[in-house]
Amino acid sequence: MSVLLSVIYLISTITFVVGLNKLGHPETAKKGNLIAAAGMGLAIVGTIFIHEIEVPTIIYILIGVAILLGSIIGWLIAVKVEMTKMPELVSLFNGFGGASATLIGLVEFSKNVDSAMQATTIVSGIIIGAITFSGSLIAWGKLNGSLKSVIKIPQYNIVNNVFFIALIALAVFMILSGGYNPLLLYGLLAGGLVYGILFVLPIGGADMPVVISLLNSLTGIAAAITGVLYDNMVMLVGGILVGSAGIILTIAMCKAMNRTLASVIFGSFTATAGVAGSNKSLGTIKSTNASDAAIMMNYATNVIIVPGYGLAVAQAQHVIHELEEILTGKGVNVKYAIHPVAGRMPGHMNVLLAESNVDYGLLIEMDDINPQFNNADVVLVVGANDVVNPAAHNDPASPIYGMPILDVENAKHIVVNKRSMNAGYAGIENELFYNSKTSMLFGDAKAALTDLVSELKNM
Amino acid sequence: MIQLIDFIKDNIQITYILILSIFVGIEVIKSIPAVLHTPLMSGANALSGVVIVGAILVMLHSDPNDYLALTLGFLAVVLGILNVVGGFAVTHRMLQMFKKRK
Repeated sequence: MSVLLSVIYLISTITFVVGLNKLGHPETAKKGNLIAAAGMGLAIVGTIFIHEIEVPTIIYILIGVAILLGSIIGWLIAVKVEMTKMPELVSLFNGFGGASATLIGLVEFSKNVDSAMQATTIVSGIIIGAITFSGSLIAWGKLNGSLKSVIKIPQYNIVNNVFFIALIALAVFMILSGGYNPLLLYGLLAGGLVYGILFVLPIGGADMPVVISLLNSLTGIAAAITGVLYDNMVMLVGGILVGSAGIILTIAMCKAMNRTLASVIFGSFTATAGVAGSNKSLGTIKSTNASDAAIMMNYATNVIIVPGYGLAVAQAQHVIHELEEILTGKGVNVKYAIHPVAGRMPGHMNVLLAESNVDYGLLIEMDDINPQFNNADVVLVVGANDVVNPAAHNDPASPIYGMPILDVENAKHIVVNKRSMNAGYAGIENELFYNSKTSMLFGDAKAALTDLVSELKNM
Repeated sequence: MIQLIDFIKDNIQITYILILSIFVGIEVIKSIPAVLHTPLMSGANALSGVVIVGAILVMLHSDPNDYLALTLGFLAVVLGILNVVGGFAVTHRMLQMFKKRK
């Protein structure tokens, strides 16, 4: 490798560290992303043009076409996608990265296996890449709703683990035998793909962001392993950065939901949910209409809005902003209470509300807003469920017991907008809805909020 | 075991870099606010597209007549750059929205 290319890789590596660091702070995040992207561009251009071997022109053309094609598709998807679809998009892109690592491994295994160490890196690259590819596709399908069911067969974990051990055994056998056997190689590929599916399929939708973060981390590790194979530092360090950052993010998300990583992987909320609330009578619910809710808010001093995924699904983020502006115009003090896992992913709700120009100074995080619910005249809950469920405080039998929640029940009045009385993502009943201070405003979030807005305008 | 020790001896530099990178990765984003979890995950995802460097190397080292290797390499480059360009672009779009208006 030429000295120039090494220097270029070094610069790229530095931009990755700096970029990632800046991505962790709200003020500098945008700059961080651009810095890392510039470094990536540098590494790509350097790899193509600076090397010491003779390369036929046709190969340059092919590389150029591939890059152009992939860039255009990637760009179009990224620019066109709706902000509500962000989590599944991240998952999809991550799957592509994993697939890329696997394909590299497939080519390399047929070409260069000189030592057991080389075989080990290639084989692990193939397996990890394949698992992240199929796993990410399943996560993508689950998040966009095309894969609905949570599959639970008895002894699922045992089946899974046995399969995994068999896969590792095959890998070890291939490394030890050293030679290139296409049948075994493609068997390994198929095994990795199937394991990715088995791994993600039983995990519930609420836990999917954690899984995506974990898979993201694995793609980084696959990239790092490929880096070891080529003795390429930018791939090694870049991959490991993603790997360790992904693990930290995964743990942070688990903490926000009061879940352990093991409970995410080996169990789902729904497994125990049916028992928790179904046979208990929680009282009666009180239904309200847009006009009454509007009057209540019109004469309030402090209103807190709790946005949830129902708002995102209905694409109601713009209407909620309109509602907030009208109320503010009438002298009402309006704030948003943001639970760390509101939406489908930590921070997802902030992105959605930012899209509709809500000032992020109004978005108050859980720990800061919780003491303020006592002073709130009205809390408007839009499409949130589990994050406001008092069972997390009061019911040790509940699967979400111990999860930090928004203390909505301390407010004077609570208006909950929901499409129906169906349980939330965690699949458990919410006694907040049966509280005497709570009125239910049934309907699609967008329609309900539009009604509220027009009622308020007429006052 | 002896093989492992030999490997570490032969690759002591890589081992150092590996371990240091793990710590750097952890330190760099240890205390991220929840607001940034989604963009950060997306940005890290774009970074994992660095695997494209390997995909380009595969193509550079392939024989022009080795159609299988070239096809797989081509696909690897397309998927890798999709991850890179799509990942950074989508992260940028998200961060673009965090504007303070006051």
